[in-house]
Amino acid sequence: MTLWLIVIIASLACLSLKIAGYLVPASFLEKPAPARIANLLTVALLAALIAVQTLGSGARIVVDARLPALAVAAVLLAVRAPFIVVVIAAAASAALIRALL
Amino acid sequence: MRRTPWSVDDRAVARQGIAVGLAAAAYGISYGALAVAAGLDIWQTCVMSLLMFTGGSQFALVGVIATGGVAAGPAAIASAAILGIRNGVYGIRVAPIVGAGRWRRFAAAWITIDESSAVATTQLTLRTQRVGFWVTGLSVFVGWNLTSLIGGLIGNALGDVRVYGLDAAAAAAFLGLLWPRLRQLQTVAVATAAAVIAAVTTPLLIPGLPVLVAGVVAVVVGAFNWFGGRGPQPEPPGIPT
Repeated sequence: MTLWLIVIIASLACLSLKIAGYLVPASFLEKPAPARIANLLTVALLAALIAVQTLGSGARIVVDARLPALAVAAVLLAVRAPFIVVVIAAAASAALIRALL
Repeated sequence: MRRTPWSVDDRAVARQGIAVGLAAAAYGISYGALAVAAGLDIWQTCVMSLLMFTGGSQFALVGVIATGGVAAGPAAIASAAILGIRNGVYGIRVAPIVGAGRWRRFAAAWITIDESSAVATTQLTLRTQRVGFWVTGLSVFVGWNLTSLIGGLIGNALGDVRVYGLDAAAAAAFLGLLWPRLRQLQTVAVATAAAVIAAVTTPLLIPGLPVLVAGVVAVVVGAFNWFGGRGPQPEPPGIPT
């Protein structure tokens, strides 16, 4: 599998899912289980990605500047800072910690 | 909608949409830089932003490729696609808003993402919902694609993106998407379990797989409605902008 193939297949899959939403009747969301699983899948994947992106280093788990940077992001989200401020502050925190240590 | 003069309300929601577009554009830089750091070339980086056009999935694919390389391709595709399911759910909600016509609905589907859906569904009239959806979606589309390209070019020049904390920026962006969903016991429980499972299985499984294994938690908890109330499912909230 080449990188191009991965990019194209994943892109078409995501585009197809968007289009599918316009073809599914609105009554789909009235059934509790499918709507609930769809919402929880988003939650689970985001949480898992946060864990892997924050602690993963190849196949190892390491604690480094990313963890305090994520804590900074959480504090800013808790005080309802704008999304872009949160992202920039996290990057700046990690960069600063790495520059100092 | 083009022939109707814009009211004060229309202009207000349009301004909001453009502001959301500018914010999304700003973190398109970090996507572009991370993508080339993961080994994508500038064309692949830009094709993803044009065709996939959903930041969460793009960051997810890039993250899996960064750790697992091309060998982790199937897991990278699966992660991107599963995160893309929520756009399908948004589509069901905004379909009555966007207007009629096959091509218009196709274009609308393309730009159905967190931002356009959030702005549209928080407006009070059909007219402002429609203006909000299109202005936000198109603003983000233009901004995101431009800054993905710029980020890719900068990334090639930067070298190690970790020096600039861009790896932490990706995690923070995911947290920003997750945060507004953490209002019920059920979502908090699933998020916690998924994060723990992903971290614990990272040394054991090939890259990309831990995230997918964590997704099983959602299917099990959702199917049996553990930790869930008996009331109607709350609306998935929009992203903070």
